[in-house]
Amino acid sequence: MSDRSDGEVQFVAKNMRLDQRLIAEMIVPGSRVLDIGCGDGSLIEYLYRTRACDARGIEIDMAVVTRAVAHGLPVMQGNADTDLAQYPDGAFDYVVLSRTLQAVGRPREVLSQMLRIGERAIVSFPNFGYWELRWQLLTRGRMPMTSVWGRQWHETPNIHPCTIRDFLALCEEEGYRVEKWLAVDDAGQRAPWRRSVLLANLFGEQALFLLRKRGG
Amino acid sequence: MDAASAVNHQHLVFEDGLALECGVTLARMVVAYQSYGTLNAAKSNAILICHALTGDQYVAETHPITGKRGWWDLVVGPGRPIDTDRFFVVCANVLGGCMGSTGPRSPRDGNPEEPWGTDFPPITIRDMVRAQKKLVDALGITRLFAVVGGSMGGMQVLEWAATYPEAVFAAVPIATAAYHSAQNIAFQEVGRQAIFADPDWEGGRYWASGKIPARGLGIARMAAHITYLSEQALTRKFGRRLQGGEGGLSMFGDIFEVESYLQHQGSTFVRRFDANSYLTITRAMDWFDLAADYDGDLSRAFASNPARFCLISFTSDWLFPTAASRAIVHALNHAAANVSFVEITSDKGHDAFLLEEPDFFRTLAGFLAGCAEHAGIGR
Repeated sequence: MSDRSDGEVQFVAKNMRLDQRLIAEMIVPGSRVLDIGCGDGSLIEYLYRTRACDARGIEIDMAVVTRAVAHGLPVMQGNADTDLAQYPDGAFDYVVLSRTLQAVGRPREVLSQMLRIGERAIVSFPNFGYWELRWQLLTRGRMPMTSVWGRQWHETPNIHPCTIRDFLALCEEEGYRVEKWLAVDDAGQRAPWRRSVLLANLFGEQALFLLRKRGG
Repeated sequence: MDAASAVNHQHLVFEDGLALECGVTLARMVVAYQSYGTLNAAKSNAILICHALTGDQYVAETHPITGKRGWWDLVVGPGRPIDTDRFFVVCANVLGGCMGSTGPRSPRDGNPEEPWGTDFPPITIRDMVRAQKKLVDALGITRLFAVVGGSMGGMQVLEWAATYPEAVFAAVPIATAAYHSAQNIAFQEVGRQAIFADPDWEGGRYWASGKIPARGLGIARMAAHITYLSEQALTRKFGRRLQGGEGGLSMFGDIFEVESYLQHQGSTFVRRFDANSYLTITRAMDWFDLAADYDGDLSRAFASNPARFCLISFTSDWLFPTAASRAIVHALNHAAANVSFVEITSDKGHDAFLLEEPDFFRTLAGFLAGCAEHAGIGR
């Protein structure tokens, strides 16, 4: 899991976000992958070119979809809340939802669909328990504004923010096994608080989970 | 003899004919086609283009009858989205058509002195595709790199992928649907009734007297043409502008510019298109319901389909709306097929797929380039 080759990553997919690189490291080469909220498709391009994956994407923003398809990537315009129900059980090895969970209408249902159509789910989201957000709310009494949470409460598409502990509680409730998880700081470096959920929830700006159905 | 049958269209003759879905067997079948670019040694770079209702095989060259440029020369050519420097492009006139392929104007089986006329057997979209398959086989192509088409051409693309899944690497159904809607059947019926109502149609035997049902066919074209546009496009092009400036109130004559435009569309159409062909092909579209052959489950038409699909629709297309494309996308998702899907913003209505639409061109070119990489086709 530590075979990061940043030079190559930057060359192949310079638009790829740090959390996407961490996601790519979790994916076994040659897998079938669905990336929900794939944006311009940088992760699926990376997975295809460097890991020989059959990677496809769904993206809600039509202009972004057009760019991705025009770039030769298999991306369809669709909505995580409505379009996952169409897929058959077990169609993918991994279903990825990167920094999109907080923006979907029914996160619980989306997660359940992900683990129906995929053997494993990889979910990343910005952690609302991050200390700076807590500090801003405590000291200013206003909705926090940071580089990650950069839009006013009335304009943000991120209608379902959650913390790392919230997410772990949901996984417990739904019967999902957390095979791996990690929290990263704002520079995308893996954080040193991996053994403590409480610390990760306070110092991790983003979180990344590899899930599987219990008994699956 | 009319202009269309006086032209010698490039064609292949299949002496073994074709058994049609209706049960009738055509004893002999002609498929007229045009091609562009060069087939590579591996015969792996062929793209089949399927034309729409009133299209034909003259995709990217001056039309031998109308003298107009090819109907898709914006899309097909050197350096175009379907790049003929890279791909070998084939387009066949559909079975039932009137540009050289077997159709109602062809010599009748058993009595070659007479054309088929209205006795031409009813054909289906699948029959059209099976005729194209014979052409593709005859050209020595075992797998098409891509099958691309809009509107009725898109129906053929879907049928190709469903009927010959191993022979299609990439499928691009554009501005189309998996079945013809009641509204679309209704508009076509207006056109057919206009043809029937023309006394020059003569029960379909107009060829005997050398007349053509020009008024009926022209009205059919006018009605259909409205469905190819959008309110925005009509408003932008014509608004309420009057012919020849200010005139007084009158009942008749083409007063508004839009009327004169439509009449022009109708009158030029009848010079190149056969009325019985129009009846045959519109019926084939009406019959089209791909899911019906799979117990009503469209996803079964694409079960284990290895092709890479790219569905494209246009925002202002109300004849083949985005919802119809999305229904196909959902069926493909259900079959776990590889599918790209884009809705292009355009105010040009259904006709947008024939017109200058940069986002559409970029999408098509990029999708094909991505597929070529997967198929291992070099530059």
